[in-house]
Amino acid sequence: MWAYWQSVPAHWRELPARYRLEGGRCKDCGHKTLPEEGVCPVCGSRNIERVALPRRGRVINYSVIWNAPRGYEYYTPYVVALIELEDGTRVFSQLTDVHPEEVKEGMEVEMVIRKTRVSGESGLIAYSYKFRPVLG
Amino acid sequence: MRASRKVGIVGWGVYVPKWRIKSEELARGWGRDWNRYAAGIMVEEKSVPGIDEDTFTIAYEASINALKRARIDASKLRAVYVGTESKPYAVKTTATMLIDALGAGGEGRLTTGADYEFACKAGTEAIQSILGLIGSGMIDYGLAVGADTAQGAPGDALEYTASAGGAAYILGPADKSVAVIEASLSHVTDTPDFWRRQHERYPAHTRAFTGEPAYFKHIMTAAKELMALMGTTPEDYDYAIFHQPNGKFPLRVGTRLGFTPDKIKPGLITPYIGNTYSGSALVGLAAVLDQAKPGQKILVVSFGSGAGSDAFHIEVKEGIGEVQELAPKTMDYVSRKEYVDYTTYARYRRMIRMLHDFSAY
Ligand SMILES: [Zn+2]
Repeated sequence: MWAYWQSVPAHWRELPARYRLEGGRCKDCGHKTLPEEGVCPVCGSRNIERVALPRRGRVINYSVIWNAPRGYEYYTPYVVALIELEDGTRVFSQLTDVHPEEVKEGMEVEMVIRKTRVSGESGLIAYSYKFRPVLG
Repeated sequence: MRASRKVGIVGWGVYVPKWRIKSEELARGWGRDWNRYAAGIMVEEKSVPGIDEDTFTIAYEASINALKRARIDASKLRAVYVGTESKPYAVKTTATMLIDALGAGGEGRLTTGADYEFACKAGTEAIQSILGLIGSGMIDYGLAVGADTAQGAPGDALEYTASAGGAAYILGPADKSVAVIEASLSHVTDTPDFWRRQHERYPAHTRAFTGEPAYFKHIMTAAKELMALMGTTPEDYDYAIFHQPNGKFPLRVGTRLGFTPDKIKPGLITPYIGNTYSGSALVGLAAVLDQAKPGQKILVVSFGSGAGSDAFHIEVKEGIGEVQELAPKTMDYVSRKEYVDYTTYARYRRMIRMLHDFSAY
């Protein structure tokens, strides 16, 4: 059986973002990113601190994925959305527990942890944040 | 068993996936008539995990809900135990992922962590261990989870009930608790009613043997011994929760012990979502805590094949009303549902192999 194996160290390094939605905040201009980046994309500062981002937001824009990269095929069709969190930070994320035709711009969503990529029968199971329509 | 320092429930939380399949649809998949089985199983539909869900993702959301009710920071947790028989990895502890996702033990992750396995009673076994750690004064707070994505072989009778879901309990000192576990008791024997061998996808079970010498004998022994220890009778309890492999057994074992159905039904959740295995009795207890009032007494008796039972005598304290609304309730998850057909069920449960399982394209 042929299976795609993802990089374990790369996944491991991103766990703070994937599990706890910890991103970077620029101490000079206040811009936040997920995941944390070494250099602020707005002002170029390297003065970055790690912060936990809010777990709720709304869908700004989205796209339905029918032909997925290796390791993601099981979840097709799935939705990738640009989400604005409650503090204004924008993150890209898969949506879950929702059918593509149900997704609307402005839809309120909240963070959950789900499987994102499974490397065959013997490799790593990668988990990460996804967003789903808020409960109730 | 009674700890030297009193221990209680500080917070609880559940999670049940939104997908459901009707028993009628499961029967249809195999050319059978559900009406012939309905009365014997008493489960009309069961929860199905989404294709991106497993025991860790279920344990995580239940734990987040428990933390909301406990009103403590995850850094205070010094024990995180996950009871399950559907570990995502055969070797790699589910608790490792849960500890990191929650931030248990603080920045240094100074916490114990392990997975427990005892068929459907692994979650209550985790509670027993944490009772000891807190009761002896070694730690102040611990998290016990019972969660499963249970496997029933396609076409087997277990397929009507094996479902997905879980419950999480944060235990702490009695003075910080909304329900105190006054005493607990366990009973374990070698009774081979159900097992799964290494590398097998589905469990084997011994049909009729799973009833009398296994489920009924162990639950009744543990319940009676605990009531003898406490000097109580069924009349002293407001609620009784028993392991729920189907909708019928808990009512039958409760009646035989002398509990009236009105004390059993508030915690009987399997008829709506199926048997969540390690989550089964613990989801039932959560449904009761969601509505319990100060001063009420609860008897919980789990059952795990193989076989054994854990029994708990719980008394509800003042302050429970303040935390009941802090997280989604059991019935919120039970009523959040969307039905799938057998094909979608088979895909979500990875029962059918797909092109990318064996092809490079
Ligand atoms: Zn900046």
